Amino acid sequence: MKDEKKQTKGKVLSIVANLVVVDVDGPVAQNEICYIKLGNVELMSEVIKYANKRAFIQVFESTRGLKVGTEVVFTQAMLEVTLGPGILSKNFDGLQHDLDKMEGIFLKRGDYTDPLDYDIEWEYTPLATVGDTVEAGSWLGQVNENGQPHKIMVPFKFEGSYKIKKLTPKGSYKVDETMAVLTDSNGNDINVTMVQKWPVKVPIKTYKEKPRPYKLLETGVRTIDTLNPIVEGGTGFIPGPFGSGKTVLQHAISKQAEADIVIVAACGERANEVVEIFTEFPEIDDPHTGRKLMERTIIIANTSNMPVAAREASVYTAMTLGEYYRAMGLKVMLLADSTSRWAQALREMSNRMEELPGPDAFPMDLPAIISSFYARAGYVILNNGETGSITFIGTVSPAGGNLKEPVTESTKKVARCFYALSQQRADSKRYPAIDPIDSYSKYLEYPELQEYIITRTDGEWMNKVALLKNILLLGKEAYEQMNILGDDGVPISYHLNFWKSEVIDFVILQQDAFDAVDASTPMERQRILVEKVLEVYHMDFNFESFEEVNPYFKRVINAFKQMNYSEFNSDEYKKYESEIKSIIEERKVS
Amino acid sequence: METQAFQKIYTRLTQITKATCTVEADNVGYDELATVAGRLAQVVKINGKSITLQVFGGTENIPSNAEVVFMGQPPTLKVSEDLAGRFFNAFGKPIDGGPEVEGEEREIGGPSVNPVRRKQPSELIATGIAGIDLNNTLVTGQKIPFFADPDQPYNQVMAMVALRAKSDKIILGGMGLTNDDYLYYKNVFNNAGALDRIVSFVSTTEDPPVERLLIPDMALTAAEYFAVDKNESVLVLLTDMTLYADALSIVSNRMDQIPSKDSMPGSLYSDLAKIYEKAVQFPNGGSITIIAVTTLSGGDITHAIPDNTGYITEGQLFLRKDTEIGKVIVDPFRSLSRLKQLVIGEKTREDHPQVMNTAVRLYADAANAHTKLENGFDLSDYDERTLNFAKQYSEKLLAIDVNIDIETMLNTGWELFSSNFTPAEVGIKQELVDKYWPKK
Repeated sequence: MKDEKKQTKGKVLSIVANLVVVDVDGPVAQNEICYIKLGNVELMSEVIKYANKRAFIQVFESTRGLKVGTEVVFTQAMLEVTLGPGILSKNFDGLQHDLDKMEGIFLKRGDYTDPLDYDIEWEYTPLATVGDTVEAGSWLGQVNENGQPHKIMVPFKFEGSYKIKKLTPKGSYKVDETMAVLTDSNGNDINVTMVQKWPVKVPIKTYKEKPRPYKLLETGVRTIDTLNPIVEGGTGFIPGPFGSGKTVLQHAISKQAEADIVIVAACGERANEVVEIFTEFPEIDDPHTGRKLMERTIIIANTSNMPVAAREASVYTAMTLGEYYRAMGLKVMLLADSTSRWAQALREMSNRMEELPGPDAFPMDLPAIISSFYARAGYVILNNGETGSITFIGTVSPAGGNLKEPVTESTKKVARCFYALSQQRADSKRYPAIDPIDSYSKYLEYPELQEYIITRTDGEWMNKVALLKNILLLGKEAYEQMNILGDDGVPISYHLNFWKSEVIDFVILQQDAFDAVDASTPMERQRILVEKVLEVYHMDFNFESFEEVNPYFKRVINAFKQMNYSEFNSDEYKKYESEIKSIIEERKVS
Repeated sequence: METQAFQKIYTRLTQITKATCTVEADNVGYDELATVAGRLAQVVKINGKSITLQVFGGTENIPSNAEVVFMGQPPTLKVSEDLAGRFFNAFGKPIDGGPEVEGEEREIGGPSVNPVRRKQPSELIATGIAGIDLNNTLVTGQKIPFFADPDQPYNQVMAMVALRAKSDKIILGGMGLTNDDYLYYKNVFNNAGALDRIVSFVSTTEDPPVERLLIPDMALTAAEYFAVDKNESVLVLLTDMTLYADALSIVSNRMDQIPSKDSMPGSLYSDLAKIYEKAVQFPNGGSITIIAVTTLSGGDITHAIPDNTGYITEGQLFLRKDTEIGKVIVDPFRSLSRLKQLVIGEKTREDHPQVMNTAVRLYADAANAHTKLENGFDLSDYDERTLNFAKQYSEKLLAIDVNIDIETMLNTGWELFSSNFTPAEVGIKQELVDKYWPKK
């Protein structure tokens, strides 16, 4: 990629916060990385506009003390991530610098640490054989990275096909040792190590096809799995006003979802929330691997007080790391909290460049940026027939909780699952506050998913889900009628409709994320729970007056809740199971 | 700040607006401090030779040939133990008649803490107010604002919280405080005999509004000194952040920036986050906790200032007058402390989470019953009981004049449940009911 051209240099002309204009002496490329030489530190920056021999650059650091005339050096490379074994369990900043390697309590400008460790040896096993024809993304070998099969691949930047001339035998090696020698079509030999680089703004496309995703991805969150499931390789988003539980929900998904790799991009959010992940994930036992959850997690932390330009980069860094692991045939769960902060970072820069603003002063191309980002997620079939996926869930923080704002609207057009958090539910502590009626999962309409899901539940599952949603709707209507006409102004059937929907709400939708048992419900247990709740629904009850309805259903709900808190099929569980039965018998029409 | 011999003096102003002025000068650093006709100013934009300064003292009567002197450094504060007990203005100059503080000179608005060097907050801050301790427990290292209409007694509540919290230092950052409120704080701290652990940075309504922009950074630089260098627990009070944001919008408006929602600058979120994220718990015991005030207009939390604040802070405390009991309460619906999960049931009694949630849920039922009542419907027996519960709950727990320990709050909660409801209606985990339901 790099040629022998003279390196472009420039001098600072003007400064407004982190937007700097540079007078350049040679060619520069859009999105090229450059460094401002401020005293003995170098400030990393990215070209975001070029006009009349002037490069407009966004600085990933504070520009305090920067003066006109300061030298700027251009690198001829876009913002790149370094890919190789040793990424898992790391805490990176938005530009993939290892936060743990930085010294001191405070972040220092220009303290750029390497994402990988060059003195660790990895147990390597070759997967290919000498003489094989390979291309970008082909698996050459594999190392064991915290229990995950980390594939060593032909670098993604390689174009065309190559022949393997030499392969390093099984053994332990450091990341920068030569693992293979490849010969290109012109007969040139190229050494390949375990490390490669890739620009974050360019999708990695070393796969054969990207079919529609269909495999249910269990999250253990009932209101998602049962009512609006997400799939492996699917996309979803969670908009909600502050205090409605976005972050708690995202953490629950990242802890419980069936994925090989979890990537959390804390994008412009609270530092204490990232600290919570740092503190908790190393403690959480991972049921999938028997190790700790942190060992298969990557955290990209660009908290709200970190430089704003790096915030935009952080989501791309996270996505690119996801694509790297997907190319190894792994299932990646990628969570970004929050994409609104990313959009705001774009807005700040567009504002400083004095571009004509779009709606709410956001840049005009915001919808396009969001949709091309979501498009990078997905379920893929690799060139060798294996599959991999990135499931992406982003949160959106709509200003004033109003969903008619540009970020929410642009995201709604591309994300297939919509989990609307409702202020009303949050106010009455009905958590998770996902509104069951407004939310949707487009995947429920996919015949592929329908076929798949009944193998995990039962043949009637799709009808049951539709019925649950209908009961919730009927309950809401009944509640509205009762509010207009009064409790005694409506027939008892209205009360029954309302309370049957309340049973679904309290027993299936609401879930205690802080209770050891209730926090995560496996699909089998969800299936049984739905069955039991529908039993209550199908029952003909015998009530003399509406006043008996409320206390009776409160008892039903209480018994169900106690059951939810009990270990599956334990004595406790069975006790409440039979209690529910006997409560139902009391009022059964004989 | 005296003019030093080698400093160059510029006198060619090319533009003067109400908050900024522009001068032709060389070799100026971004964020650098300067004086314009003796008034402090800071560099906010450099375009070649043309330097734009925000003038903290306002630009009234500044002539186009005013003397501009650059200091060669950003604003600083001298820090030492001697800060304690003193009152300063926005520039860190004493306003209590005492001498200047000697100490190490530090840049204000310094870098952020590396997130991996933080510790998860885990120390509870007890205030005695049940609306806070029971429902919205505060933790050291947290940042939380009061959302209140201007007529509510937020300054009083904040002073009360500050004095009851067992912190080593209290740092008051007063922005646009009325002189009366400033004297109120001074008095309360004095009467409590707490003056020696309080540092105040105050810009009153008598001072020019742009000065306010310095207050949070001054207060937090002092806080970082005590928390990092001295390992102390520091409580920072910032009142009123709405006036701070207003000052931001004045400056951005004068610089012809395109406003976003509610005429606020597009960078409002980042600007506020830079301040609030200074709240931190360090592993060695030092901490900075920020309690702020964001005044609302007619309770509207969708305005850009409270809205952006809500996304940054770890919850919010909402004050509201409860007409049933005629007292100000901490609204249990709209208030939230995000960090309470780290301490409730861990540092407090095991039943804390469930008592808290159940009481709020029953209070919500009461609100529904109240709506029914207003619409002229008959109330059921259960409705009547929830209303009765709500009144007692408000009176005995939510009112801001309550001052009891957390165990008493929990016992009061169980008392109220058992006098109004059956265990099934309350719906708490059975083993807790067995243990704490008051025996008749």
